[in-house]
Amino acid sequence: MTLSIRFFINAALLIILALVPFLTDWAGDSFYTGLVSRILILAIAALSLNLLIGYGGMVSFGHAAYIGVGAYVVGIGAFHAFEDGIDWMLNGYFQLFTTLAVSAVIALIIGAISLRTRGVYFIMITMAFSQMLYFTAVGVETYGADDGLTIYSRSDMMGLIDLNDEKSLYYLIFVSLLAVLYLMHRLVGSQFGNVIRGTKSNEARMRAIGYSPYKYRLTAFVIAGIIAGYAGFLMANLSDFVSPDMMHWTRSGDLIIMIVLGGIANLFGPLYGAVVFLMLGELLSSIPLTIGGLSVGEYWQLIFGPLLIFIVLYARNGIDSFLPGKGRRT
Amino acid sequence: MNWLLLLEQVLNGFQLGLLLFLLAAGLTLVFGIMDMVNLAHGSLYMMGAYFCATFTNWTGSFLIAAILTLPAVFLVGVVVEIVALRNLYARDHLDQVLATFGLILFFNELTRLIWGPIGLSIPLPEFLSTTVEIIPGVPYPTFRLAIILVGFLVAALLYFIVSRTRLGMLVRAGASNRDMIGALGINIRLLFTLVFGLGAALAGLAGLMAGPILSVEIGMGESILILTLVVIVIGGIGSIKGAFIAAIIIGLIDTVGRSFLPEILKLFIAEDSAATAAPAISSMMIYLLMALVLAIKPQGLFPPKGVGR
Repeated sequence: MTLSIRFFINAALLIILALVPFLTDWAGDSFYTGLVSRILILAIAALSLNLLIGYGGMVSFGHAAYIGVGAYVVGIGAFHAFEDGIDWMLNGYFQLFTTLAVSAVIALIIGAISLRTRGVYFIMITMAFSQMLYFTAVGVETYGADDGLTIYSRSDMMGLIDLNDEKSLYYLIFVSLLAVLYLMHRLVGSQFGNVIRGTKSNEARMRAIGYSPYKYRLTAFVIAGIIAGYAGFLMANLSDFVSPDMMHWTRSGDLIIMIVLGGIANLFGPLYGAVVFLMLGELLSSIPLTIGGLSVGEYWQLIFGPLLIFIVLYARNGIDSFLPGKGRRT
Repeated sequence: MNWLLLLEQVLNGFQLGLLLFLLAAGLTLVFGIMDMVNLAHGSLYMMGAYFCATFTNWTGSFLIAAILTLPAVFLVGVVVEIVALRNLYARDHLDQVLATFGLILFFNELTRLIWGPIGLSIPLPEFLSTTVEIIPGVPYPTFRLAIILVGFLVAALLYFIVSRTRLGMLVRAGASNRDMIGALGINIRLLFTLVFGLGAALAGLAGLMAGPILSVEIGMGESILILTLVVIVIGGIGSIKGAFIAAIIIGLIDTVGRSFLPEILKLFIAEDSAATAAPAISSMMIYLLMALVLAIKPQGLFPPKGVGR
């Protein structure tokens, strides 16, 4: 690997992210550790979705569902530990294993059916499945239905790491992000990644040279689902709360926005996208400008909506196209 | 089983189905002819409801307001098409999803800015807020009956336009081969704008009719948009006939399922678990149906005849 300008920008971003808890300590405002934790968790989910959308050309419009699944596993575990005194359900490793297993099975089922369709139909069917999970969560009275579940006690990692400590949780999230970045880097460069990318650009040709795209696509779909489920596990521990709203189709839309904002099929793209998307929300909503008695910040989506259209129309590669040097392209 | 309740629910199902059809008709044409995913269609429905509420407030008459609303939403549709969507036809679906998602955010915030965060209500004139006895002893709201009537009339009119007029011929030709009718000297951009405006007006009609029943509020477009998408995907994208049949099916399943599923479930499982499971299952049912249809027929029930899609 040659050390391009891009490499240094990416490295600088990671170093800043590594120092966030200390920077906020220094600034005396721990609010930002929470905000950045959120950003990084969503970046992990967006990275997994980028494997599907960016590299595989599979526009899955229901990815937030897996975040919800992971979060609900933690929430339900904590609920039974708290209400019924079943202590082993609070065990973090049990919750983690269940999260990964359940999201893998759900992704396998959804993927096996959805991947039979193409184009718009694929977008719609993945959305339909995520809506099914959403309505399941809304319908189950025991686990709070519409109102969601408050998590009274975070996953118990048996002394290995204390998730109640904001800093430890932050570094768990940060290390997870690094691991997912590395995994994506290896995946995309592997033979598996080549097949996925080849299928995106020309499926007929991939078939002709003897690959069965369906199996590879399904594998990618399941991997992405598992990672997003893991992001949900982290999210539940961060926010101490799960609700059906986490799986709503607009949340899936947010993830897609992050990917496109960051520059599609680009390793670091989703990370930049998540940072900019959430920061922009914070920033635009705190514009101290008042026009005719109306505060601009309160109506920030009025600016954000057209901005999104503008980015789609004129800045096709998102933030990626504003950074110097060339990112990893496909 | 209560047969009178079933009859009422079937009528409600038709009413929801026809509302869905009004939305789906415009959306499926945009999808089919222009190969364009438009998530902002629900916003036009919302605009219809808000315009109608405002005009009713100004003129004091729901009917005059309704007549004013249609051209207003048509205009909004045309402006949206010219300003934003026109540049997106050549893009891939991902771009279209994203840009129209941006439009939804824009419309929701604009509505909040103009009309405020609190929902509005549309008062109905006297003759529409009564009930009629469909069969002796069974009262049914006149307005809901009117919706069913208008829905069927519009469906018939649309069928006539699409299958008997020159505009309809161009629309059908556009759905099966865009480039070819362009090459034959048809002003395809104007056709697209017109079709989009027409679809917008139909969405507005659905919005103004739904307004008095449901509440006029921000975000009302999103929930119905998803149902509409389910309808056009089940019906086959680009097919008006498919949209009509799928809309009625979805309307019936959703309404009848919601009120009768608890009773049906009780036959199979314990009463209290039926009571908890029923609401979840009934809201999932249409998505289940969609997944089933797509798993068996990935192009929907009535894929339009065409080439190279």
